[in-house]
Amino acid sequence: MTRLPPFSPSSVYGEGLSGGFSPRRVGAMMLRYWYLLRSSWPRLLDLVYWPTVQMLTWGFLQYYIANNAGFFARAGGTFIGAVLLWDILFRGQLGFSISFLEEMWSRNLGNLMMSPLRPFEFIAALMVMSVVRLSIGAVPVTLLAIAFFGFNLYALGLALVAFFFNLMLTSWAIGIFVSGLILRNGMGAENFAWSIMFLFMPLTCVYYPVTTLPIWLQPVAWMLPPTYVFEGMRALLIKKVFRPDLMLDALGLNVVFFAAGLLAFLALLRSARRHGSLMQTGE
Amino acid sequence: MPAAPPIAVERLVKIYKTVPAVDGISFTLKPGSVTGLLGGNGAGKTTTIATIMGLLMPTSGRVTVLGAEMPRQRYRVLHRMNFESPYVEVPMRLTVRQNLKVFGMLYGVGDLRERIAQLGRELDLTDLLDRPTGRLSAGQKTRVSLAKALINNPDVLLLDEPTASLDPDTADWVRAHLQRYCRDRQATLLLASHNMTEVERLCERVIIMKRGRIEDDDTPVKLLARYGRHTLEEVFLDVARGSSIESEAAQ
Repeated sequence: MTRLPPFSPSSVYGEGLSGGFSPRRVGAMMLRYWYLLRSSWPRLLDLVYWPTVQMLTWGFLQYYIANNAGFFARAGGTFIGAVLLWDILFRGQLGFSISFLEEMWSRNLGNLMMSPLRPFEFIAALMVMSVVRLSIGAVPVTLLAIAFFGFNLYALGLALVAFFFNLMLTSWAIGIFVSGLILRNGMGAENFAWSIMFLFMPLTCVYYPVTTLPIWLQPVAWMLPPTYVFEGMRALLIKKVFRPDLMLDALGLNVVFFAAGLLAFLALLRSARRHGSLMQTGE
Repeated sequence: MPAAPPIAVERLVKIYKTVPAVDGISFTLKPGSVTGLLGGNGAGKTTTIATIMGLLMPTSGRVTVLGAEMPRQRYRVLHRMNFESPYVEVPMRLTVRQNLKVFGMLYGVGDLRERIAQLGRELDLTDLLDRPTGRLSAGQKTRVSLAKALINNPDVLLLDEPTASLDPDTADWVRAHLQRYCRDRQATLLLASHNMTEVERLCERVIIMKRGRIEDDDTPVKLLARYGRHTLEEVFLDVARGSSIESEAAQ
């Protein structure tokens, strides 16, 4: 009788863990998502619509407060900056998860799982597509922020690169984990794709400093990589200081989050193979 | 050293929680053979095929495809296999050409432009290549799924109900194409179906499953003779309703 081997990434991944990664297959998947985006204007509109609404709402609120409170007048752009960076985090994860969900909605996952496409290639394609989707949505919004409120996100320069990279790493880690949950549990877990990031919103202190949280909750906040990014953004906009130490701390935590997301995905994929979930991609 | 069989299933067991979907089946397919997997709903056909494809991990037993153990060594052979099933679809918003291009790239097909044109000619899809797949009729979509299943010229082809919900004319056309492909390519075909006409026409061997076990396994001619029936449908009903050869002999 064949006994199942203990879990390890290679036991899920099978042959070719170290080799066999094919940029052509990653390209095939990117092409697949690009064709889909190109063919559907509602999908394109959706990428821009909500970030624009959010940025305008918070922008006008900040504009109002800035005219009525001395501190906020000095802290110019923190709300809009927070909105734009939060959107990178949220839309990055959503872009990853929606591309994955497209395979479930179109009942195409079985075709992919049966093809030579490796899990890491699939994940790489989803990561690239999350950047593409985010760019389509975020670039027009950042330009609107300049037009409406005179807030130029790009003026953050190299700091923006550090913020962006760290936020994307977190969004991918969460996106990979959520995709694993959906693989294992079917469309019943779809809601996680839409809502999981909101769990991070209060804890990562998007709109207020970590010191606002109760003392017992602050260590939890400091365990989350985006907290360092939002603190770093406030340090830059309010005190005009770039904090590389915060970015390095975020990067260290992100490496842990990303590795944990990957391992969870592989374990959930293995479990899906054992329970037959890959054949039942519905609810 | 003799070449590994295209498909070898040894004492395969798959249990969902406590329910055995497949219960200790074994069979080996010869290169270039066309085999039908028959059985009623819940007989274990789809579970067997999914395990052969590497989508499902056996509870115990062993499945090899072209010498590679599934699912552990699947990446050795997935580029030489393909499948079609009513449980999966190709993306509907993409055009036929876009779908075939994406899958061709995934399977590492060389000279993809020519291969797509060739499939277009063979499967009468040339005029449909630039239409969104979702706007095609059921018969046309089946031909697209078949084109996807043949894009890499597979040596092992697994088909689950390939003509389900097709009109008789289209179904006949699909069968003829499959027959031609397997003959010309010497490909091994495993076909799960409820359609006895299809099985009689295509298959040189029939494996009949019931409640996760193999009830019978022989050529259509020998099965008909053994059960004293004129059609495979009658044989299938005998097996499904439990009237075994022994009980008939006793009567």
